[in-house]
Amino acid sequence: MTVESTAAARKPRRASKRTSAAKKPQSSDPQLVQLLTPEGERVEHPDYSIDLSADELRGLYRDMVLTRRFDAEATALQRQGELGLWASLLGQEAAQIGSGRALRDDDYVFPTYREHGVAWCRGVDPTNLLGMFRGVNHGGWDPSTNNFHLYTIVIGSQTLHATGYAMGVAKDGADSAVIAYFGDGASSQGDVAESFTFSAVYNAPVVFFCQNNQWAISEPTERQTRVPLYQRAQGYGFPGVRVDGNDVLACLAVTRSALERARRGEGPTLVEAFTYRMGAHTTSDDPTKYRADDERAAWEAKDPILRLRTYLEKSGHADEAFFTELEAESETLGKRVREAVRAMPDPEPMALFEHGYADGSSLVDEERAQFAAYQASFADSAEEGK
Amino acid sequence: MAVEKMSIAKALNESLRLALDNDPKVLIMGEDVGKLGGVFRITDGLQKDFGEDRVIDTPLAESGIVGTAIGLALRGYRPIVEIQFDGFVFPAYDQIVTQLAKMHARALGKIKLPVVVRIPYGGGIGAVEHHSESPEALFAHVAGLKVVSPSNASDAYWMMQQAVQSDDPIIFFEPKRRYWDKGEVDTESIPGPLHRAVTVREGSDLTLVAYGPMVKVCLEAAAAAQEEGKSIEVLDLRSMSPIDFDAIQTSAEKTGRVVVVHEAPVFYGSGAEIAARITERCFYHLEAPVLRVGGYHVPYPPARLEDEYLPGLDRVLDAVDRSLAF
Repeated sequence: MTVESTAAARKPRRASKRTSAAKKPQSSDPQLVQLLTPEGERVEHPDYSIDLSADELRGLYRDMVLTRRFDAEATALQRQGELGLWASLLGQEAAQIGSGRALRDDDYVFPTYREHGVAWCRGVDPTNLLGMFRGVNHGGWDPSTNNFHLYTIVIGSQTLHATGYAMGVAKDGADSAVIAYFGDGASSQGDVAESFTFSAVYNAPVVFFCQNNQWAISEPTERQTRVPLYQRAQGYGFPGVRVDGNDVLACLAVTRSALERARRGEGPTLVEAFTYRMGAHTTSDDPTKYRADDERAAWEAKDPILRLRTYLEKSGHADEAFFTELEAESETLGKRVREAVRAMPDPEPMALFEHGYADGSSLVDEERAQFAAYQASFADSAEEGK
Repeated sequence: MAVEKMSIAKALNESLRLALDNDPKVLIMGEDVGKLGGVFRITDGLQKDFGEDRVIDTPLAESGIVGTAIGLALRGYRPIVEIQFDGFVFPAYDQIVTQLAKMHARALGKIKLPVVVRIPYGGGIGAVEHHSESPEALFAHVAGLKVVSPSNASDAYWMMQQAVQSDDPIIFFEPKRRYWDKGEVDTESIPGPLHRAVTVREGSDLTLVAYGPMVKVCLEAAAAAQEEGKSIEVLDLRSMSPIDFDAIQTSAEKTGRVVVVHEAPVFYGSGAEIAARITERCFYHLEAPVLRVGGYHVPYPPARLEDEYLPGLDRVLDAVDRSLAF
């Protein structure tokens, strides 16, 4: 090992020591918008007041519970070999349901591959999300049906699509807004920086919703940034706000405000939902290799579902019957998802040659014909064998 | 008939103007495409006539240009984006290859991405590095993209119209050293399909297959060979993906000898694909192996050496002689 490489290897350790010693935002942090504490207490924020009916509060709770149940079922299906991979949202329900319920029908969503809760809010049948994880397609749904774009695997690419779409919305003179989801890891990508530039200079009606779940696979947020992510917006000339990502009320209020700002023609906003991915990045990795047990335990105490339940119970907005019924509904959803996945057929072999091109291609036509002849040759030999 | 003589640059400009005129959803985006009219003036005067909302000067960010064009296409627009030079397409390569090319298939055909990516490409203008490359094979290899390159003013005019009307993403390579070459354009008579190859010179002894900037070189080579009594056919491919292999086969079976000529490096280039297909399709008609003439497996050289790198008349004629000697 050379002197230089030893020094280089040492440097990051020193840096991480410094950052780990730095104060992490707590629930009492004035920079963190919060309306519901981890203990289930309603608190006020001067800029983001919200007044929801008991019905609406129960609705948010229901959304979070069912989304978590769906997610747990998908994780189980992966373990059973029914799905090739799953990207769990465990712990991020409030960020997704809060922001998802802030959207209007005519708004347009550009997700990553983990926005199962947002898809739920858009009315996308959750079983539609599973095709790509089962390996029968790469998305498969029509984005225009629910204004919910396909999942995007390449990190951060969709923030540019969202920006372009929002530029189109502005050109059309429409007052809808666009929201782009991405993670703390994606914030390091050039495409995210470029989407900030484009959206700012064209004043595009887009909300950048970063779910900072603290980990980009095994890389902590400190490996992505030296400043709090929401502060990046300032350098591009638009507001950034950090919200308690485990507080569904705060996520709803902050996203609603950002969407309204976009609709008023005031341009983009960066929302950083400060949250935690309680599970693995995907079913392929093992978080015990890269993060401490007590970290997860600390975040479990801030569980988004638990705190809303505490509030609903304490405030009398929901009774025991509500929770019991919801439990039964969860089980029904789990069963439906399980059955739908197992019934999901593999695509026909000839589907290989479908949809590569909108206007067709002579090259594909030629290869399709060759493949069909090859397939047919097996049918002939099967006949001969009889 | 409305036949006008114009340069390729002018033909592209007129064609883009027509596209903007015909469809309010058509947009032009890129670096310097507005007031300046593009560094090659291909978009000259368009912003003045169609406004900043239709002809959009963008930040200097190629991934951003293509990525936002994808979003605009999803919203129902038909963006034509300009990448200023060939070597600068790579920051956008990710968006083109992983997003633009694949999204239609990922949606099982339910969405369309009618985006045209214009790239002035190729050498011969004495430029500095990254301004003279021919990366067409890198795009042709990617399913979901279509790749075309006109070689003359008429094709520049009409192929641009067809590219804009296509619902597939089109990588439109413009042979920059031919921008100022003039030719006749019939602005009323719509020619054949975008991806059809065209025999630009009839011959019986050998076929030269070329596209873009090399078509002119091949026509000159055929004329020179004629003086030596050789009858050379020249096929202008026009489209590198898909390739009109039927036209190549017809010509190969007629002449029995084929030389493929392009500026891009020969190694893994489009000539390799063409040679392989000809062998598969008409092996027994061939009098000689398919030969290739193109760039070397070296970084595009500094301008003072590019004449050695680029296939010229003599290198094409040398290959013709080698083929005829079999």
